[in-house]
Amino acid sequence: MSVVTGDSYLKSLLQGQSQLSASPLERLNRLRANAVDRVSALRMPTIRDEEWRFTDISPLTKLSFQPIRIVSPLQVSDVEHFYLAESVTRLVFVDGVYAPHLSTQLSDISKDSSVVVSNLSAATSEDLATIEPHLGHHTEFQDNVFAALNTAFLHEGAFIIVPRNISVEMPVHLLFIATQKEVASYPRCLLIAGSGSTVTVLEDYVSLQEETYVTNTVAEIVLADNAIVNHIRIQRDSNQAFHIANCAVSLARASRYQSISVALGARISRYNLNVLLADEGAECTVDGLALISNRQLADTHTCIDHTKPHCTSRQLHKCIVDDAAHAVFNGKIMVRPDAQFTDSSQSNRNLLLTSKARVDTKPQLEIFADDVKCAHGATVGQLDNEEIFYLKSRGLSEITARNLLTYAFGAEIIDRIPIASLKFQLEQTVLEQTQKS
Amino acid sequence: MIYQDSKTLLKVRGLYATAKGIEILKGINLTVKSGEVHAIMGTNGSGKSTFAKVLAGHAAYEITGGTVVFKGKNLFDLAPEERARAGMFLGFQYPIEIPGVANNQFLRLAYNKAQVQRNKDELDPLEFDDLVREKMKLLKMDPEFLDRSVNEDFSGGEKKRNEILQMALLDPRLAILDETDSGLDIDAVRIVANGVNQLANRDNAIILITHYQRMLNYIVPDYVHVMESGRIVKSGGKELALELEAHGYDWVSGEQPATVGT
Repeated sequence: MSVVTGDSYLKSLLQGQSQLSASPLERLNRLRANAVDRVSALRMPTIRDEEWRFTDISPLTKLSFQPIRIVSPLQVSDVEHFYLAESVTRLVFVDGVYAPHLSTQLSDISKDSSVVVSNLSAATSEDLATIEPHLGHHTEFQDNVFAALNTAFLHEGAFIIVPRNISVEMPVHLLFIATQKEVASYPRCLLIAGSGSTVTVLEDYVSLQEETYVTNTVAEIVLADNAIVNHIRIQRDSNQAFHIANCAVSLARASRYQSISVALGARISRYNLNVLLADEGAECTVDGLALISNRQLADTHTCIDHTKPHCTSRQLHKCIVDDAAHAVFNGKIMVRPDAQFTDSSQSNRNLLLTSKARVDTKPQLEIFADDVKCAHGATVGQLDNEEIFYLKSRGLSEITARNLLTYAFGAEIIDRIPIASLKFQLEQTVLEQTQKS
Repeated sequence: MIYQDSKTLLKVRGLYATAKGIEILKGINLTVKSGEVHAIMGTNGSGKSTFAKVLAGHAAYEITGGTVVFKGKNLFDLAPEERARAGMFLGFQYPIEIPGVANNQFLRLAYNKAQVQRNKDELDPLEFDDLVREKMKLLKMDPEFLDRSVNEDFSGGEKKRNEILQMALLDPRLAILDETDSGLDIDAVRIVANGVNQLANRDNAIILITHYQRMLNYIVPDYVHVMESGRIVKSGGKELALELEAHGYDWVSGEQPATVGT
C-alpha cells in the first residue's frame, strides 16, 4: 500500500482520539500512539490496491463517523432477545462502550473461577501481565489502516483468559450492539487460551436499528500448546452499515482452532482472518458463510499460514448471493519451507441466485515445501438441475425444491455451529432469506 | 401378478424422445396394469434409463412423438412433481446427494406432500419419526441415516435402500426402479428385493430396469421386455430373462418390435 501523508478523511476519523484517558498499561499507551502515527501515515485503500481490488469502500469515505458521545440507555429487555440460552457469561458493548448492567461476568457466577472474562479497562495488574505480551502483538497495523484505527482507539474491549487445563463448559458470548447512526465503534477482543484449555467464544455483531454506522473490529486469539478454541463469529449488522474486521489467530503445538464466520448484514463488510500455525501438529478448521442480497457486498480474506511440519488446515467457505449483491473471497494458504507433511484443503463454493449477483473468488496456494498434501478449489454456479429434479420427482414443487436447496447450501455451514440455540436462530434466518414465493 | 380385470395404469404408444438433438427413444410401446411387475432389460445405451427419466419428466429430454397415458391422463400435461403426486415414483440409478438437507426433513416433506394428495393428515416430526423407523426396519436401515444429509456419503447400497425407503413412504401406484440392483452386494440385493416385494400389491405396479437376471430371482416379473436402440424388441414372461442370461443380448438382436404385453 503506497503511503500518502495527511489523508484528511482519516484525520477526521481520529477526532476524539486525543480525549481518551491514559491507560495504566504503559504498553497500551505506546501502542495507541504508534497506531495514531500509522493512521497519519497511511491512506484509505482503493480498488487500485490489490487487496481491495473487488471491494470499493469509497461509499464509506463519503460519510463522517465519530465515536459515540451519548451512550444509549438500553435496558435488558431491549437486548435480551440476543442472549444465548446456553450462556450466562456475556460481555455486552453498546456502540463500542462496555455495558456492565447488560453483561454478566464469570466472577458474578463463580467466585473461585480462575477464568477471566472481563472488560479491558477493568483488568487487574495480574491480568495485565498476561495480556501485555499479546495485546496488539498478533494483528499488525503497519500497513493496515483499519487495524491501526482500531488500535488508536483501543481502551475498552473484551478479554478472556483461560488458564491451563481449564475447560470452560458454557460458550462465552461477546455481544456488540449498534444503536446509533454515524457512529464509529472500535470493538476489540483478546482471547488467551492456556495450554490444554478448551473454550467456545461467540463474537456477535448486531444492530437495533437500520442505520448507517461503522464497526471496525480487531480480535486476537492465542492458543498455547494443546488448547482448543471454538470461535463463532456472526456479523448481522444493519444493512446500511459498514463492517471492517481483522482477526489474527496464533496456534502453538498441537492446538486446535475451529472457526465459523457468518456474514449476513452490512452494506459493505470485510473480514480479514489470519491464522498462523506456528508449531507442529496444530490444526485449524476455518469455515464461512456469506448470505447477502440487494446491493450488499461481503468480502472475506483469509490467510492460513503453515510454518511448521505436521499441521492441518481445513476450509470451506460458501456464499449465497441474491439480487445485485457481490461476494468476494480471497483465500490464501501459505506452506513455508519448514512445513513438511502439511495437510491442507480449501474449498470455496458460491451460489448465484440471479443474473446480477456477482462473486469474485481467488483461492491462492503458495507452497514452498515438497512433501505436502494440499487441495483447493472454487465453484461458482446456480442450483443444480439434477438436485431440483430429484426433489420434484418426490412431489416437491419447483419453488419448494429451489428454496430447500438454497437453504441447504447455507445450512451445511450453519449445521457446524456447536451452540444449539444459535444454530436454530440462524437456521430460521437462513430459511427466511432463502424462501421465495 | 397378472389380474385379468386390472385397470391400465400406464399406456405408452410410439414414444420417441431426443436428448441434445440425438434420438434415443424410437417408438416404445408398453402397457402396464395394476398388480403387474414388468422388467425392462437391455444393454448399456439401449435407452432403458432414458425411458425411465422421460416418464418421470426429466427436462433434459424432448418428446418428439407418441403418447403416454398415466391413470387416464396425458402424462405430458403433468409437471414432474404432479406426476409424483399422481403416484409415479422413480427410483434413481444414481440417487442425488443433497448436502445440508437432513434425510428425515426431506422424507417428511415428501411424505406430507403425498398425504395431502391422499386427503390424509400430515404428520408432525414425532409422528413421522415413528413411521419412518418402522419402514426402515423393512430395509434393515440404521436409523442413524435419518440425521444425515440426503444420500451424502452413503454407500451405493445405502443410497438404493434410501430410494426404496422413499418408495415405502410415498406408496406410489407405479414405481419405476432404475437399476436399483446395481452396486449392491448379494445380501443387499436380497434385502432391497424383499422390501420391494412387500410393497407390491394388487393396486400398484412396478417396472424394474436392470441389466441382470439376479434381481429377478427375488422379484419375479410377470413380463420381461428387452430394449435395444430405443425400442422394445422382445417381450415375454419371466423365462425370457433366463434365456437372456444364457444366450446374451445378441440373441434378440434384429428381431422385430414386440407386441406382447401391449
